[in-house]
Amino acid sequence: MEKSLKRYFILFAVPTLAAFLAAFVLPFLLGVYLSFTQFTTVTNARWVGIENYLRVFSENAEFLRALGFTALFTLTSVIVINVLAFLLALLLTRSIPGTNLFRTVFLLPNLIGGIVLGYIWQVIINGALYPMGKTLTASASYGFWGLVILMGWQMTGYMMIIYIAGLQNIPGDVMEAAAIDGASPSQTLFRVTIPMVMPSITICTFLTLTNSFKLFDQNLALTAGAPSRKTSMLALDIYNTFYGRTGYEGVGQAKAVLFFLMVGAIALIQLSLTRSREVES
Amino acid sequence: MKAKYQRLLSAVLAAALLSAATACGGKDTPDESSSAAASGDAGVYFLNFKPEIAEVYQRVADAYREETGVSVTVNTAASGTYEQTLKSEIAKSEAPTIFQINGPVGYQSWKDYCANLENTSLYSHLTDKSLAVQGDGGIYGIPYVVEGYGIIYNNEILARYFALSDKSVSIASADEIRNFDTLRSVVEDMTAHKEELGIQGVFASTSLSAGNQWRWQTHTANLPLYYEFKEKGGDPLLTGLQADTIEFRYAENFRNIFDLYLENSTTPPGLLGGKSVADSMAEFALGQAAMVQNGNWAWSEISGVEGNVVKADDIRFLPIYTGLPDEEKQGLCVGTENYLAINAKVSPEKQKASADFLDWLFTSAKGKEFVSKELGFIAPFDTFTDAEKPADPLAREVLRWMEEDGVASVPWTFAAFPSEEFKNYFGDALLEYAQGAMDWDEVAGIVRSSWESERGQT
Repeated sequence: MEKSLKRYFILFAVPTLAAFLAAFVLPFLLGVYLSFTQFTTVTNARWVGIENYLRVFSENAEFLRALGFTALFTLTSVIVINVLAFLLALLLTRSIPGTNLFRTVFLLPNLIGGIVLGYIWQVIINGALYPMGKTLTASASYGFWGLVILMGWQMTGYMMIIYIAGLQNIPGDVMEAAAIDGASPSQTLFRVTIPMVMPSITICTFLTLTNSFKLFDQNLALTAGAPSRKTSMLALDIYNTFYGRTGYEGVGQAKAVLFFLMVGAIALIQLSLTRSREVES
Repeated sequence: MKAKYQRLLSAVLAAALLSAATACGGKDTPDESSSAAASGDAGVYFLNFKPEIAEVYQRVADAYREETGVSVTVNTAASGTYEQTLKSEIAKSEAPTIFQINGPVGYQSWKDYCANLENTSLYSHLTDKSLAVQGDGGIYGIPYVVEGYGIIYNNEILARYFALSDKSVSIASADEIRNFDTLRSVVEDMTAHKEELGIQGVFASTSLSAGNQWRWQTHTANLPLYYEFKEKGGDPLLTGLQADTIEFRYAENFRNIFDLYLENSTTPPGLLGGKSVADSMAEFALGQAAMVQNGNWAWSEISGVEGNVVKADDIRFLPIYTGLPDEEKQGLCVGTENYLAINAKVSPEKQKASADFLDWLFTSAKGKEFVSKELGFIAPFDTFTDAEKPADPLAREVLRWMEEDGVASVPWTFAAFPSEEFKNYFGDALLEYAQGAMDWDEVAGIVRSSWESERGQT
């Protein structure tokens, strides 16, 4: 067995590895390299050292503003999505008629692409604001809550499915023991159910956290940063820097590298925090 | 036997994986013409700047292939994304052979890619050689279209207004509107009579959604800044290019016309953040608005709107008056920011094929027919006779204003604006001003400060 694994390793793993190398690792390394250069297209780069990284912070406050907006948005949407998804999951694991139908309905928004959803919600929200003579661009807080609603609508169903799977995995005897010991419903929830679904909470917070932090399509379609870039998130700011301005490709690339480091760090911290709370049943 | 079968199966599976992986890495050029463009020989790849005429270019390409057998791929960048598209396309192995630069500023960023066009036949036909983009000892961009913009109006609605018995102005036709004050009194009185005139507003929506602000932050802004640079002396464009700071001394004049647009519009100012240029042109085409600021390129858009009620005979141009002295002598804003450039980094055969294609388009009978009838260009080449001047009414209006005695066109000076980013800051400020979140002094302040910071950075 060992031997045949070794023998066929090249045959099975190499194509995938090669694809991974060509489509992921190499572009990534090239990207890191380009963040230290001045370039118009990827083939005519000129080394400039860390200048691009200094320009990210020195030239205007847009990156930091986008970072602040993104952090606030991520915090809000992680809480909103996970609380809603968990409540829905609790509801839909009871024996209510039509449970399967509801599960499907709540999952459906997740199957629509971000750009399409962004435009759909833009129309809906602008329609709702129309009687007030306003649009989504009227102030940054409209855009913020628009994004939270959009993201919640899209992600809640998916997270709900994960929570349902977690809830169904709780062994019946644990719940029964809790009931016999006279635990109140809220005690059961906080002392038994939540600790038992900690693995689901880990994966759900991970997914919502990274997806909210990296949000791009929805942001571009819903507000495109209006008004005056006050609703630009990090990914959109990077895109605008890279593509929107001549001579700023390297700066955009430097922002992207910083962005990668941030997403990586946040995800690792979050994983280790929630992992440590997981319990064995 | 069984082992052999298994080995075969795994080989097949591995091959499937491999082919899937390579299929992912395949080319993904969007919107390609049906022809086999990838063929390595002298294929021409034209990256088009104007989405509104993309479909015509496709037919030009088909006609050229039929006639010469040379395949022409036309790819069009979506509105407002030309630089991005060019940047990613030109890095590919099948790079555009013909692309567009927007003038001296664009030439600076694409210098390495612009071939010298001095010896091309197309350049020899250019009527005014000074229009071309000149650089280190050569010609690097050839303008292919002169364009003009101003306030487009539907004369049928204006005529109905001037026929009203209780109108408050003394003039009797739109031709007599020759300054801002007259324009304002006509527009405001028309707003008061809008029910009788059957319109929803005098001006179509002042589109301020993302990517749809260019009519104001570029086109309208051209006027106050042109006059400011002109007063400083020298060539206004060059003065502007060298200006590290601006006073924006005619900010109030910009505000005059912008307020007029906002207050007499089909759409309340708070809703403008959701309006696009296409919305405004549709409102105009459907007769809901009597005026709209745009250029001669808009005719194809207007006439293409389903249910268009604007007749070709009724569509006219008015200069953008802003309340400056001596406005009676001001004409439309005429110029170009469309220069053809040939990619210097593709093979000499492809460069030659590209030059031949352009030559065919602007000098052969068939090419010229496309240019004047369908693309609607006012092409600055001596190969066009008077009879071949464009058929579309707005292009003819531009020519009429250019030829009018005692009226001088306002040249396009916005090529001197420091960057796209400057225009974006300007446009964003205009949106906030329209929505009431910013007062005019703040807008003017943003224009001045972003000019300075953007100029400092490029």
